[in-house]
Amino acid sequence: MLAVPAAFLAVFFAVPAATLVLTGLRDGGRWDLGAVGDVLASPGTRRVAWFTLWQAAVSTLVTVVVALPSAWLLGRIRFAGRSLFSALLVVPFVLPTVVVGTAFLAVLGRDGPLADVGGLFGVEVDLRRTATAVIVAHVFFNYAVIARTVGAAWQAVDPSVEEAARTLGASRWAALRTVTLPLLRPAVAGASAIVFLFTFTSFGVVKILGGPRIATIEVEIHRLTTQLLDLQTAAVLSLLQLAAVLGALALYRRAGVRRGSGALRSGQSTLHRPAGRERIVVVATVVSAALLLGTPILTLVWRSFATADGPGLAFYRALSTVGRGSVAFVPPTEAIRNSLVFGSAAAAMALLVGGSAAVGLHRLGGRVRGFVDSSVMLPLGVSAVTVGFGFLIALDEPPLDLRTSPILIPAAQAVIAIPFVVRTLLPALDSVPGRLREAAASLGASPLRVWWEVDAHLLRRPALVAFGFAHAISLGEFGATVFIARADAPTVPVAIFRALGQPGALNVGQAMALSTVLLTLTTAVMLVVDRIGDRRVGGF
Amino acid sequence: MKKPLRLLAALLGLAVIATACAGDDDGGPAASGGDSTGPAETVTITLVTHDSFDLSEEVLAAFTAETGIEVELLPSGDAGSMVNQAILTKGNPQGDVLFGVDNTFLSRALDEDLFLAYESPALDGVDPSLVLDDQHRVTPIDTGDVCLNYDKAALDALDVDAPASLEDLIDPAYAGLVVVENPATSSPGLAFLLATIDAFGEEGWTDYWSRLTDNGVEVAAGWEEAYYGNFTRSGGDQPIVVSYASSPPAEVIFSETPLDEAPTGVVEDSCYRQIEFAGILSGTEHEAEAQQLIDFMLSDTFQADIPLTMFVYPVTDVALPPEFVEYGVQPADPYLLDADVVAQHRDEWIAEWTDLVLR
Amino acid sequence: MASVEVRAVSKRFDGAPVLRGVDLDVADGSTLSLLGPSGSGKSTLLRIIAGLETADDGRVLLDGADVSGVPVHRRDVGVVFQDQALFPHLDVAGNVGFGLRMAGVERGARRAAVGEALDLVGLPGFEGRDPATLSGGEAQRVALARALAPRPGVLLLDEPFAALDQLLRERLLLELRSLFDDLAVTVVAVTHDPTEAGTLGDRIAVLVEGGIAQVGATGEVLSRPTSVEVAGLVGQRNVVPASVDDGMLVCAWGRFSVPAGAPPVAVLVPPDAVSSSPDGADQHRLVGVVGGLVFRGGSAFAVVHGVDHAWPSLEVRAAADWQVGSRVELTIDATRVTPLTS
Repeated sequence: MLAVPAAFLAVFFAVPAATLVLTGLRDGGRWDLGAVGDVLASPGTRRVAWFTLWQAAVSTLVTVVVALPSAWLLGRIRFAGRSLFSALLVVPFVLPTVVVGTAFLAVLGRDGPLADVGGLFGVEVDLRRTATAVIVAHVFFNYAVIARTVGAAWQAVDPSVEEAARTLGASRWAALRTVTLPLLRPAVAGASAIVFLFTFTSFGVVKILGGPRIATIEVEIHRLTTQLLDLQTAAVLSLLQLAAVLGALALYRRAGVRRGSGALRSGQSTLHRPAGRERIVVVATVVSAALLLGTPILTLVWRSFATADGPGLAFYRALSTVGRGSVAFVPPTEAIRNSLVFGSAAAAMALLVGGSAAVGLHRLGGRVRGFVDSSVMLPLGVSAVTVGFGFLIALDEPPLDLRTSPILIPAAQAVIAIPFVVRTLLPALDSVPGRLREAAASLGASPLRVWWEVDAHLLRRPALVAFGFAHAISLGEFGATVFIARADAPTVPVAIFRALGQPGALNVGQAMALSTVLLTLTTAVMLVVDRIGDRRVGGF
Repeated sequence: MKKPLRLLAALLGLAVIATACAGDDDGGPAASGGDSTGPAETVTITLVTHDSFDLSEEVLAAFTAETGIEVELLPSGDAGSMVNQAILTKGNPQGDVLFGVDNTFLSRALDEDLFLAYESPALDGVDPSLVLDDQHRVTPIDTGDVCLNYDKAALDALDVDAPASLEDLIDPAYAGLVVVENPATSSPGLAFLLATIDAFGEEGWTDYWSRLTDNGVEVAAGWEEAYYGNFTRSGGDQPIVVSYASSPPAEVIFSETPLDEAPTGVVEDSCYRQIEFAGILSGTEHEAEAQQLIDFMLSDTFQADIPLTMFVYPVTDVALPPEFVEYGVQPADPYLLDADVVAQHRDEWIAEWTDLVLR
Repeated sequence: MASVEVRAVSKRFDGAPVLRGVDLDVADGSTLSLLGPSGSGKSTLLRIIAGLETADDGRVLLDGADVSGVPVHRRDVGVVFQDQALFPHLDVAGNVGFGLRMAGVERGARRAAVGEALDLVGLPGFEGRDPATLSGGEAQRVALARALAPRPGVLLLDEPFAALDQLLRERLLLELRSLFDDLAVTVVAVTHDPTEAGTLGDRIAVLVEGGIAQVGATGEVLSRPTSVEVAGLVGQRNVVPASVDDGMLVCAWGRFSVPAGAPPVAVLVPPDAVSSSPDGADQHRLVGVVGGLVFRGGSAFAVVHGVDHAWPSLEVRAAADWQVGSRVELTIDATRVTPLTS
């Protein structure tokens, strides 16, 4: 069962990345390990490494703290608009960084709402091009990872355990601290690991919001590879990044395997209507989430309608006319179609590959499982440019000359989506009672039949959830796509990037309009997934 | 209860079919050559470009109609990324012709022997000063100028005159009003740095930049960040930005409402010339067809199409579109350093600049 | 120790009434079983006493003080949950010592108290065990030790034995009963099982559709239910419809004189009110056939119906020589016949 994901990840991730790193280390045909030391010892490298680690740790911590109330909301509270709230949370996660970046600049800048608040206290606020801006944006982008993953786990914690603590004299806060949070620890650890990987390897956010004085290892690798072709230094930095990522994954494994999944309860809903003071917390949570996530999004939606003559649809009309007749132009309908086609293909691949990985992992036990489990997450921690350039030299000979194959785009996106698929399916698989399988087998079902009748049946909802999320990731995915995009089949994010490539108000407006289209598309996909999917299982 | 499962199966099937279709009807690079359903004599060649490449559909169609050669496009990131990819795949290239290597990356590409020599007969109509490689391994296709742009309305509101030269920028009147791109990560950023080095000399440029830094120059990572983040036209704080000579015509063409006047202006004495070249990638199996494409790129049809699709200037003397005539600037004597000098010192200059400006 | 008083407590869920003005008194140190079918509101009432749920109307008094505004963690109650709800991330000592930790008891004293509580429930030395490794009975004892360790004035049990097998349940029930007597703790136990209710409680309150249908001493409620509903709940099987005719109660098993009270709709004949000795008044003598034999504990009961099903079956104590198909004569002790209201 693990052969499929192993082969897939080898071809589309490990071999290309390793080839490029080895090429870099063996500069000029011989190993030059002295250079490794030189790069590691240079103050520049140390500064970049330290900043990368620092901002990733702080971003992860802040995201967890800020998003936990929403996790509680999703895991415990029944309220009108719950599924819409849950779907909207994902929107930032898939929006192109370039677009959100400009919205953030407006929000954080001298004329933004933050500055207005600061002005009331006589403080001048301008957070653009600061580490704070980077962290705020990281929280924005990764909010959904924590809120949805931990929310799903929270929903599975039996409320009577919390009640038991309360009857034993624990205040609400004490019960949360001593019982609920420890039980949520594996979920928090898993989600934090993903956020840490994302922020550790942050690229666009750092470039736009951090300004030129701030760089992460990822930004440096990108610059060294695409601009300077200094593969040696890039290789050393890639290894450094890999080491940090492996360290983070080891920590995650340790936190994740602590005992504490015993309180999961299946079937019954654990949601309740808020009462008393809870209502205040609910309102405060929704309002703060709306402010944090909504302000930049609404800014860009507003810009897509804000034409020179007041609110109007001019930018949307321009989508299908400006640039008509040129090879780089595609009507928005076609970009949307491309996005949906690639998204479906990527999600299908991710589901097949990630699904087999989850089934294989489920059957594994102990140390091996933890190791394999976290190695599935590795693609999140390796630079897209490393993999992309690696493709060029690793897969350039028949029968595996995949460099220009149309399968490359969905495959690259699937590599990124697979960790999410595994994270969603594995807990669901683990929660299928073994007795059901035994019952099926005793009733005469062959092993394959048991899998089909029991596992496949119980897993179809989590599988749909995984499919939808992989789809959404692919809709918003830009790094790999732009790298291997085909001129004649641009996706929506690529079209946005192209629109922003020229000066002119119409181009900006179009980019905003396309972003609005993208976020509507994403919300719709997530709503459909939440509707048909089991809301209780899996995080993302 | 069977529904979700069936739906999933349907989605999977759809995805597979859709990918297959996307591969078929658009005739992707994978389907090049023999896979194509056209007549057997049709040859397909691949043109490797940077992301900013664009071209009118009928121009490309005209080439195919004229020669029977189909052209696939393969965007490969920005100019630097594209050249570096070409170097990595030397000998087994991803395409047949590469377009978009400019004079700042030219030496590296030539040193690596990426291209086959070809002297196009159409070079007759091209200004000889643009032909930087006398072996004709690359052919100039277009020129663009990286210049300081300014937001007219914003400067008026501040009651500040537009700067006339690079020196003006260190005047306290322009304190905090200028944004440039990081030459380490941006091609216009590098061009602007080279302009200052050409202007103040290899000895004097550092002094200029420390005074610029003292005067509060802002640095953005790339052109998008500068133009759409910092520039006052997009709600930023700096009314002066490093952009292109063709940006004002673009502002007019892509304006929401018809304009009588470009909202931005160009500082003519700040421009650095960028020349973009095309070359035939060594390792191609279609050298003859590739030569035909190079010839075509110098034809009037192609050259006249350049301004409004890529917002750069043709290298032949075809007529310019009215917006370019009216609002565009073609500096008579732009800054331009020798490609070899650039190749030799580029990394060291960037490092020096980084120490000076960003630390 | 504390008394529990429930005064006119009402509760609705999504508009549907769950409790309708319930009044209940549990004396200090006594035990009360709250018996009712599922959906009767008995668990909700328990949760309201614990403070896990708030009543829409009415008050709860613990030790004479109104605790309606007191949050659950400040009430002097211990709860044993149906599914035990042991903290899976803590070992047994961590579970049992949790309440003491919340109360700020320092480590040494806590360790001693935990040991004591585990001794009390018969699990000495279980401190280091992981809850996941415990058997059902052990888990239930740990849950009990956890609730008892902080020495609450009131102990609330929510269907504490639902998940245990019969034999284990009976043994644990008796142990618990004597433990409660020793500790003299006030106990309210929710159950749907009359045996459990009988063993645990000094008194039984029967809850039907959110209201108290009958409350009284255990023996009284179990043997003399006052309504058809309660009779069914306490496990009485010999109930048939009845009507009043000329001052006499008429049913399929005969005519009996009616004591004063509400007009009855049915009649209950307790199994031990029926004897197989052929004496007594004629109208209470029945001839029937043994349809089946049931063994409960050491005693045998026979299900007897009329010849050719002339009258519906009665469950009676079986004589030693009865077999399925035996023709038997029965006499009903008219003084033990109980009229039931609807």
